[in-house]
Amino acid sequence: MIENILVRGLLNSCVYAMIAIGFSLIFGVARIINLSHTAFYMVAAYGIFLFNVQAGFDPILSIVLSILVVSALGVLSYRYLIDPVRERETSTLIVTIAIALMMQEIIFILFGGHYRGAVALISGHTTLIGVRVTNQYILTLAVVMTALIIVWYLLMKTRLGIAIRAAAQDREIANLMGVDVRKVAIHTMTIAVVLAALAGAMVAPIYVLEPHMWINPLVIILAIVILGGLGSIKGTFISAFILGFTEVLVVIFIPGGAFLKVTFALALMVIILLIRPEGLFGVFLEGER
Amino acid sequence: MFSFKWGFRFMQKEFLSLPSRIIIALFVIGLILLPLFTQDPYILRIFTLACIFAIFAASWDFLAGYVGQISFGHALFFGIGAYSTAILNLRLDLPHWMTIVLGAVVAVVAGLLVGFPALRLKGPYLGLVTLAFPVMLTGIIFLFPDFTGGELGISGIARLASTRQQEYYIAVIVMITLITVLWKITVSKYGIIFHAIREDEIAVRASGINTVRYKLTAFCLSGFYAGVAGGLYAHYLRIAGPGLLDILMSFQVIIWTILGGIATIYGPVVGVFVLYPLLEYMRVVPQYRMLLFTIIVLLLVHFMPEGIANWVRDMLEKECPRCKERNVFTRRECRYCYAQIATKK
Repeated sequence: MIENILVRGLLNSCVYAMIAIGFSLIFGVARIINLSHTAFYMVAAYGIFLFNVQAGFDPILSIVLSILVVSALGVLSYRYLIDPVRERETSTLIVTIAIALMMQEIIFILFGGHYRGAVALISGHTTLIGVRVTNQYILTLAVVMTALIIVWYLLMKTRLGIAIRAAAQDREIANLMGVDVRKVAIHTMTIAVVLAALAGAMVAPIYVLEPHMWINPLVIILAIVILGGLGSIKGTFISAFILGFTEVLVVIFIPGGAFLKVTFALALMVIILLIRPEGLFGVFLEGER
Repeated sequence: MFSFKWGFRFMQKEFLSLPSRIIIALFVIGLILLPLFTQDPYILRIFTLACIFAIFAASWDFLAGYVGQISFGHALFFGIGAYSTAILNLRLDLPHWMTIVLGAVVAVVAGLLVGFPALRLKGPYLGLVTLAFPVMLTGIIFLFPDFTGGELGISGIARLASTRQQEYYIAVIVMITLITVLWKITVSKYGIIFHAIREDEIAVRASGINTVRYKLTAFCLSGFYAGVAGGLYAHYLRIAGPGLLDILMSFQVIIWTILGGIATIYGPVVGVFVLYPLLEYMRVVPQYRMLLFTIIVLLLVHFMPEGIANWVRDMLEKECPRCKERNVFTRRECRYCYAQIATKK
């Protein structure tokens, strides 16, 4: 029981953390609420299905291909659709909604509304501390964790990471210090979309694929990012674990939990926000009332 | 006082002088006369639903556009209105007008419940927290399928009226009345306070105005309007299902309002009456319908960032540089202060 919770909770939380960190980065640097973020995750999952199952490419090649396609999509949509209207908060909202719906419809036209599944990259089971886990789970977990560590290193140690964090803290001052904020925003978008795409590619063999699969993660991602405090990477990471484990615990311990898992996670978010309105690790910037 | 001559001068000076007013009058007259020209149930149905959604969109516009409390979960109020109307009608057998009003009252209570956390949150935090509420309610609805109908929803609600024309007229009249009232509220003294809260809440509080009361009032009023729309919807389609609480429902109302013109009250009405029939008309190519719609949305945002209503209005009218009154674009001098109006920038 405990092991089961641990493995599934860990996987759930890491996948959420990957998508949510990207979302948080974009919000921090470009100040946009990118509601199309999880749509990229969906497109990447379908990309695996297209390249691996339908076209019969090698699994690794299809992962690389779908990540490339999705990041190109993400950067193009940021450059030509979101960036021109970025100054208007409300227009950004509907532009991102429209992008997400557009991708959903394109997926719908290309693949139909059926439930699809991708083939596992590796087969077989391993017994870990007394619980039988499929190797695919372990692979996904390993890749997701590695990606998170790389992102951590990128953000904390490299010049680009420092520029991203500076722009997230204060756009204008970062600009004055010689950071090209527009370019940093595009780099951030690329990183975020690659993270979402990698998450999508890794969960494609585990989850069911369908054209509406972006909506549920979107709700949870928004909750995670808000709970952790907008723009705070550490907070996002920690709240991804809180909400990811909450979902797994609710499904296992409460009757009718499958219906209630999102409800419980969101209720937890609302309660924590009532106590700390700026999220767990967020700060209110006085200049940005 | 209301002599013929006075009426004529009033029409000439105040009413016919501005194209936007003429357009509004023609729109209202056209809506009222529509059943004389066509009895097609499909067209009547589209316009009835457009009226209902116009109320819904206006309620979001009031909350987000005027008071600045951008809510991503406005479907909550719509869904609660529809569900409570349906339950009251089926379980207690109450007449329509009563169930719709009571359903709206329940939505007002929901507005209070959502408005309470909203007092402490602002900006994106508020938007994303409000997004959580309809999703939570959907989970609860699925948990009690005996009472709420679960995934299938509640069906078999009484019809709004016996004929299609009557239903259409009820929707039109309710829409026009409610929108006029809301518009009057936003241009009144209270409207200015709401507007000020959006611009700078701390300054409003510093002026000795109880912003908490105004924000809660805004949530209640917005909830009431969305609840009425939900109740009408439930009685018109005779079903209330979990689809009403869908996240796309909340997004749709945002698309309508922003494309129509935010913070105007008439903007969302324009948005709904342009976009909703457009989406329905595109059923000729069912597979590509939503794709075309999203492309149109992106183009509209790009070319009319202020919204359709404001774009048309700016094309037809110019603001006097001195007294800020609006004039027809053909006039060279202001009709009030005779100041010269610049012809083109």
